[in-house]
Amino acid sequence: MPATLPSVLVDTEWVAQHATDAGVRVVEVDVDTSSYDQGHVPGAVGWNWNTELCDTVVRDIVPAQKLEELLGKSGIDNKTAIVLYGDNNNWFAAWAFWQLKIYGHEDVRIMDGGRKKWLAEARDLSTDKPAVKAATYKAGTPDLSLRAFLPEVQQALAGKQTALVDVRSPAEFTGEILSPPGLPETCQRGGHIPGAKSIPWGKNCNDDGTFKSYDDLKALYGAQGISGDQPVIAYCRIGERSSLTWFAMKYLLGFPNVKNYDGSWTEWGNLVGAPVEKP
Amino acid sequence: MKPEDYSRHQQELGGWQVMIETYKLGGVYHCTIANVDPGARFARADGETKAEAESRAMEKATKYLGQTRKFEV
Repeated sequence: MPATLPSVLVDTEWVAQHATDAGVRVVEVDVDTSSYDQGHVPGAVGWNWNTELCDTVVRDIVPAQKLEELLGKSGIDNKTAIVLYGDNNNWFAAWAFWQLKIYGHEDVRIMDGGRKKWLAEARDLSTDKPAVKAATYKAGTPDLSLRAFLPEVQQALAGKQTALVDVRSPAEFTGEILSPPGLPETCQRGGHIPGAKSIPWGKNCNDDGTFKSYDDLKALYGAQGISGDQPVIAYCRIGERSSLTWFAMKYLLGFPNVKNYDGSWTEWGNLVGAPVEKP
Repeated sequence: MKPEDYSRHQQELGGWQVMIETYKLGGVYHCTIANVDPGARFARADGETKAEAESRAMEKATKYLGQTRKFEV
């Protein structure tokens, strides 16, 4: 197992022991933005992915100034160890992790197993928002080596030197459905980017919500010819599932060149004339 | 507070497999429903009893699932 693993993952017991330590801030980020109010890790603050972790006017990740304000009011400075967790196997916790890395925050970790494991272990929950002393935060220059934009994906398709990984469900990959069941449809065409490999994001995780072992992940990606010796771009529907796959490939497998295409299928599947492969 | 009466089970709803998760916290039952693939929570409800919370959540979930279209591939 590589040395990278312990530094980015903490287990639920570690969080139970250290959640309120000085210099540590636990943050819950969920798909369902109401989950935090239904009980959270005592001492954790909650972030709303669709209002606080994005630009709410232009479609974009959170702007630097807005991130600085969010982290500041969350009591986070540039030296704070941020521990993220959330529902659905840390789906949106990984989305927050990706953005924090883009802005250069050094010490970010994910609670392995997320909210699911915490609940299953019947650990303490609180419905109180913690009293937080505001801090000052300075975002770094965005590291765009972690993020793919449309022209780069088009170039990858043409050049065939970069592996494309579609992390959506098989039914989305084939075009049978346009979005996950129960969620709004947000694209005009179904299918996938030609040549993309289908490796659904959930395969990164065990049944208890924890990440699979290094060997299991290596086998999962290796079976599709993804070994880290070529650039990789991961995508999904809006870029959040693929941020978890990005996390697994970059931080658990140690692939050197992995990008998250957050435009994802809601961009590609709406483009006039973009090539689409089905099934 | 500790969550009580935690349960998690999979079943079919409106032609889709869903995961239903329920627990009690501070006298209130919280129920959330997620699609199994990819696992996104898309309906939730509270109630005084487990049955009430789950019934309300399933009613919402059925409505949302009914809006998902399938295409021939």
